[in-house]
Amino acid sequence: MASDVLFYIFAGFAIMCAVSMVYHKNPLYSAISLVGVFIALSCLYVTLAAPFIAVVQILIYAGAIMVLVVFVIMLLNLDEDRRENRLGYLYAVGGGLGLILLAQTFFIFYAVMRAPQQAVNTAETAGKTLSIGQAMYTEYLLPVEIVGVMLLMAIIGGVVMSRRLNQEQIETVVEAEMNLRNQQEEKDDFRIAF
Amino acid sequence: MEPSLASYLALSGILFTIGAVGVIFKRNAIGMFMCIELMLNSVNLTFVAFSRYYADTTGQLFVFMVMAVAACEAAVGLGIIIAFFRNRISVDVDDASLLKN
Repeated sequence: MASDVLFYIFAGFAIMCAVSMVYHKNPLYSAISLVGVFIALSCLYVTLAAPFIAVVQILIYAGAIMVLVVFVIMLLNLDEDRRENRLGYLYAVGGGLGLILLAQTFFIFYAVMRAPQQAVNTAETAGKTLSIGQAMYTEYLLPVEIVGVMLLMAIIGGVVMSRRLNQEQIETVVEAEMNLRNQQEEKDDFRIAF
Repeated sequence: MEPSLASYLALSGILFTIGAVGVIFKRNAIGMFMCIELMLNSVNLTFVAFSRYYADTTGQLFVFMVMAVAACEAAVGLGIIIAFFRNRISVDVDDASLLKN
């Protein structure tokens, strides 16, 4: 009973924060709403007997990733989302996609509700940090190593992406861009003259 | 009486829907990035729920992998956003039209 009430409280909080994230135009408000979703999901992980994942969720998502996002928002000094000259049909596409996914969600809900309930085997070891660590370094050693290599690649990629070009490179890029635009204008003039 | 597996799956599906619709509605690259994070999180909830109801640790292990992928995505994606902002003085995805035509 108590876990039922907890589930509804945190599920409602998560959905409200998610809607507020999509609704707000200011990216900083969106980011803070997203932190609310992460905290609600972390509480749900605790009720699902996964304390390790709950702590990692707070540490990595709310701690590291969202700090990075908020840092970028502050660095770029973004103003509010402009809403004009938007392709109108995208709203229809988004609404349709949302309806299809919601229908699928309710289908899954009823299908799982009707399915014969498997006896829940509440083994005490499942979800403990010890068993996760044992599985990670014995059975799933190769995926963990691949994740390590991928993190290294992400570090290098992040540095390469946000590196500042030197003066010559900037001039080359700007020149190429200006040539392209001039060509485009000539083409447009030609079309008008035609 | 615990909430059933179906209710966790329904919550996860609703969160995924909100994220997917948000990716299409938002024009801001950082907003789209955050919607993708929301979708990844809803999938994580599914993993943990199945791991609980089938008493198997593997689901939680793969949640860990998904989090590592999300961290990589954050590093590279925000780098791309900063590079894009430097060239266009905007993070509006409609301005990313260099490959058009």
